[in-house]
Amino acid sequence: MIEVKNISKGFKGKQVLDNVSCLFEKGKTNLIIGASGSGKTVLMKCVVGLFEVDKGAVYFDGRNFSEMNFKERKPIRQEIGMVFQGGALFDSLSVEKNVMFPLNMFTTQTYKEKLDRVNFCLQRVNLVNVNKLFPSEISGGMKKRVAIARAIAMNPQYLFCDEPNSGLDPQTSIVIDNLIKELTEEYNMTTIINTHDMNSVIEMGDHIVFIYKGKKFWEGSYEELRDTDNKEVNDFVFATKIMKAVKANG
Amino acid sequence: MFKVLWFEVGRYWIFMKGLLIKPEKFIVYYRQVMLELVSIGIGAMGIVVITSIFMGAIITIQSAYNLVNPLVPLYAVGIVTRDSIILEFSPTIILLVLAGKVGSSIASEIGTMRVTEQIDALEIMGINSSGYLTLPKIVAAIIILPFVVLLSMFMGIVGGWAAGALSGVVPSADFIKGVQDQFVPFNIAFAMIKTVVFAFIVTSVSSYHGYYTEGGALEVGQSSTKAVVYSSVVILIFDYILTQLILV
Repeated sequence: MIEVKNISKGFKGKQVLDNVSCLFEKGKTNLIIGASGSGKTVLMKCVVGLFEVDKGAVYFDGRNFSEMNFKERKPIRQEIGMVFQGGALFDSLSVEKNVMFPLNMFTTQTYKEKLDRVNFCLQRVNLVNVNKLFPSEISGGMKKRVAIARAIAMNPQYLFCDEPNSGLDPQTSIVIDNLIKELTEEYNMTTIINTHDMNSVIEMGDHIVFIYKGKKFWEGSYEELRDTDNKEVNDFVFATKIMKAVKANG
Repeated sequence: MFKVLWFEVGRYWIFMKGLLIKPEKFIVYYRQVMLELVSIGIGAMGIVVITSIFMGAIITIQSAYNLVNPLVPLYAVGIVTRDSIILEFSPTIILLVLAGKVGSSIASEIGTMRVTEQIDALEIMGINSSGYLTLPKIVAAIIILPFVVLLSMFMGIVGGWAAGALSGVVPSADFIKGVQDQFVPFNIAFAMIKTVVFAFIVTSVSSYHGYYTEGGALEVGQSSTKAVVYSSVVILIFDYILTQLILV
């Protein structure tokens, strides 16, 4: 469980997050949604510690992450897996070496044990015979899946995904969504997904946080979202004809 | 302007502090150092050999052109060529050339990693990204560049000898006599000290500029240019300081 308590963050005098509090529960896919520039990426980066918060605190299962220094954060960081928007795979390493990277850095396993784990993770994301390929040789969807494989290599307790569907076709997006949801349930992880893909909201939104102009504007389940009367939420979520039809048909 | 300068200097030292953090796993860093030895050292051989041969040849011909006084023996050209190459050309000019080749490569590599969130990925894993990306490059440069500079010295003198002999400006025997005459072994040590300092400057300054890249492809290019310019200026400043401190 991750608890965000009253965090604020600004850059060069501009307030990007203003007193945001929310709770991300274990075993659920928690979605952060909001328009471009609303502050959802900043919120996620504050939660994982890539940005230091100006005010407030982030708790990972009761541990105050915001107050810790680099050394104290290390054990928690090893419990975190993150899938970046562009994959953030290391260009100079093959797919196999990318997934093996955290194992090389933080475990004392033998090469065979690490290779077995890599192959298991790659199979888990439905990738076979790609071990020796480099990131430049695989498609966008495959990159995302390799990134997910790398993120789960260390058996994380917390999984963060920053717009996992951006740049992907609808079918591949559904595959990625389902994969994240399955992994969340399988490993009982606390998963936080930053998205503005409304299909993802329908497919896997257990708990949804709506960020509007740097503030947490709304929070609830998908069913609550579908039935809400909140104008800003409705304007954002049900902006397209397809989503309007979804709302109309329940 | 001074405010910006102090900001950059301060941030550089904060960045360098990251190198003092104990590596997560020595074997991984060791492997990185091996890769960087090849990338920085072997990758630079071609340009170093070509530059050295031609610079040696030019120094010889220009020295001969200027030393036309009958009171100055012809072998003085060999002395001038040797000392110019050992004291200044190989440790300084070659490192300036490498600031262009290796420095821009380091800055663009790390800069691209920054804008594609690869550095964020390292940080999320709990890896000290500045240390992981920079320390192996600095260590490799400090190990391999003295050998590259020694090679440059040798090739420069060979280039000078060949130019003198082929053009007939300095007969081979006179040039070789000059190269051997009044040789001061400490000059080599001085050149090595300069090389180690300059190797540190090129790799650390270039890594710093790459690490703090913000934006996209355009900014990566700008960081790469800044890395070369700042490395070159700092090398020249330290060239003066070291010469003043050690030789005078």
